[in-house]
Amino acid sequence: MMGEQRMDDALLVVLLLADATIRVATPLVLAAFAALYSERAGVVDIGLEGKMLAGAFFAAAVASSTGSPWLGLGAAVAASVALALVHGFACITHKGNQVVSGMAINILVAGLAPTLAYAWFRQGGQTPLLPGEARLPQIHLPGVEALSGVPVLGPVYRELIDDASVLIWLTVLLVVATHWVFTRSRFGLRLRAVGENPSAVDTAGLSVTRLRYQAVIITGVLTGIAGAYLSTAHGAGFVRDMTAGKGYLALAALIFGKWRPWPTLFACLLFAFTDAVQVRLQGVPLPVVGVIPVQFIQMLPYVLTVLLLAGFVGRAVAPKASGVPYVKER
Amino acid sequence: MPQLPPALETRGVNKWFGANHANRDVSLAVPKGTIHGVIGENGAGKSTIMSIVYGYLPADGGTILVDGRPVAVRSPRDALAAGIGMVHQHFMLVDPFTVLENVLLGAEGGVTLAAGMARARTELIRLARDYGLEVDLDRPVGELPVGAQQRVEILKALYRGADILILDEPTGVLTPQETDHLFRILRALREQGKTVVIITHKLREIMELTDNVTVMRRGQVVANVATAHTSREELAELMVGRKVLLRVEKAPARPGAPVLEVAGLRVRDGAGVERVKGVGLTVRAGEIVGIAGVSGNGQSELLEALAGMRPLAGGSVRLRGEELANQPDRFTARGLRALGVGHVPEDRQRVGLVTSFEAQECAILGHQGDPAFNGRLLMDRRALFDRCAAEMDAYDVRPRDPRLPAANFSGGNQQKIVLAREMERNPDLLLVGQPTRGVDIGAIEFIHRRLVALRDQGKAILLVSVELDEIRALSDRILVMFDGRLVGEVAPAEADERRLGLMMAGVAEAA
Repeated sequence: MMGEQRMDDALLVVLLLADATIRVATPLVLAAFAALYSERAGVVDIGLEGKMLAGAFFAAAVASSTGSPWLGLGAAVAASVALALVHGFACITHKGNQVVSGMAINILVAGLAPTLAYAWFRQGGQTPLLPGEARLPQIHLPGVEALSGVPVLGPVYRELIDDASVLIWLTVLLVVATHWVFTRSRFGLRLRAVGENPSAVDTAGLSVTRLRYQAVIITGVLTGIAGAYLSTAHGAGFVRDMTAGKGYLALAALIFGKWRPWPTLFACLLFAFTDAVQVRLQGVPLPVVGVIPVQFIQMLPYVLTVLLLAGFVGRAVAPKASGVPYVKER
Repeated sequence: MPQLPPALETRGVNKWFGANHANRDVSLAVPKGTIHGVIGENGAGKSTIMSIVYGYLPADGGTILVDGRPVAVRSPRDALAAGIGMVHQHFMLVDPFTVLENVLLGAEGGVTLAAGMARARTELIRLARDYGLEVDLDRPVGELPVGAQQRVEILKALYRGADILILDEPTGVLTPQETDHLFRILRALREQGKTVVIITHKLREIMELTDNVTVMRRGQVVANVATAHTSREELAELMVGRKVLLRVEKAPARPGAPVLEVAGLRVRDGAGVERVKGVGLTVRAGEIVGIAGVSGNGQSELLEALAGMRPLAGGSVRLRGEELANQPDRFTARGLRALGVGHVPEDRQRVGLVTSFEAQECAILGHQGDPAFNGRLLMDRRALFDRCAAEMDAYDVRPRDPRLPAANFSGGNQQKIVLAREMERNPDLLLVGQPTRGVDIGAIEFIHRRLVALRDQGKAILLVSVELDEIRALSDRILVMFDGRLVGEVAPAEADERRLGLMMAGVAEAA
């Protein structure tokens, strides 16, 4: 009897960790896959952070004003796509420096979002706390009660799968769809080609500009959704700097995943998992070392990022034309 | 019988790049079912006109006709629709993609790939059989040898239904065997009624392969002739605009004391593979020793090692009798320069020049510490300019502008800048790699004359080249290299192409 109880507790801890991992991973996966489209097409995007933040702000602001999280999501996507088009206009049409343009977007939004929030809501750069109905819904699945008696499966279903945000399901769909797009579709073939050798695409009678704009727009849509997730699904309102470097972390996951969908997903889950562990370890005495100061524990995901990128990735081969504006040879 | 209209015709095509009139009223006609050569020096506008025909560059006026009908070619898509395919000088391939994916790109035949892939596979197997275009369809293109990559490009064009195939300098990167293979393919295409246009500056290929030739000079068509009614000499004269000596005039060598003596030299490449496996040779003052060989048989590594750019894995190198192999501090690129060794590297753009530097800066690379160009604290830009201007005059570098970045000069003029730098230092030993690769015929003549003049001043010259004609024209002794070893020595008079070719292929040793 006692042993069974302990096993249930252990299972619960694992499930809570897994649940937290998925919640933290969702915006990372959305952002990393956003960058996957853009970078495989040859456009480096370090402006993920800014686009997510803009998405988070507009989702919360519009949801708060209208009461509809769906209008909020739409506004988030629109704002993020607008920024993506600015990036595209600078980097694709005018062949500007992609890092500079991305950085400019980050800086712009970091200042603009709290300023707009202040002007709009007068709450010190935040949006008001969203009531439940202004947040994106969770999907309640049938049969939780029926399954609750089943060992392992019951708790897994209840804690992990039921009542997940609609955006989590969307993200799962996105991962599978992306894999399909990249390996099986015409669009994916062209996208990969334009990131490797745009001249080959041009001489095959396709438009490099058009393909790259398409990729950048997809990036905008996905970062917008990631932002909306942060402020209207995971959280309940926009606060200043709420992306907290997730855009950069997503970029790191993309590199760690060598610009491929499944390894990138794995990298995002790994980063999210260390974050979940980090939260659980705060204030918990560990054997031998005792309680570790919370600051050190919070460093964990970032230390891991540095270590992985510095040592364990091996040679990460970026798409060859990544970061290079396309100029016709004479 | 009514006369068939030409498969491809251009009428009065003009193209400007800024102030440069790259194509001036270019009119040419390519009869159906023929192989047509377009020749001219670098910058004559031959690639430009073909890029316009392919829709890669927009024209500033003029008409393009296919089978007698005017077509508006605004993009490669239009050209492909009109049945025009092009194999570019730098291949337009996606290296990580398989051959099949490369062929499919832009002609996928549907939103998903599966059906198109199956269709392409069947079609490509048929094309390979009909034209001798064998390639492994499932290998990544980046892993294929250059000759096979080129076949992929041809397959791409044929798969899209091209009836007119344009090839831009197709043999520049090929070995002699690969070139033969390509020519067989092109002749097979002609037999099937396809029309082939080949852009080149190699006269021998024109004479061997084509039915008709269009000669271009400075953006204009200067002649349209049937190949059977012309000669190499006439074509060379048309290209350059003056008489060109295709043979190098030189007196017999008067070799003096040995300058370079190499014995048992071993060199490894960056991956640790031994590429030079015990080479011994001597170069005397006043002679040119040529090393012939198919590219990749260790001659590049040999030259780089002797220039101090690669560590020796063993052996002896004596310069004017002094052993240097056991003096690693002097056996460096810098140390050897100080000892009177000049080096014209094989790859002038990557090794010989910093292409973003001005010509005058490139002209002192390796000697930038020379007091002649340096004041107490800063460089003496005036001295630099004057020195470079003088060298440009002496070597006929065009445009004569020491402040122009090296990248803006044509290949031949870049090479002259490097040659001037190395020769004007008055070296006792000059190491020369591929001195005329990608260089215009007029400039080749000039470079060859300079090398012979240097020899006649009593300097020792070691020449590495994959161009057999060049080796035979310049060398006083020919050494043949195969698989990291010297497999024989031939006197130029006895060095016919067949004999050299067999030795280079490792088949026959010198008697």
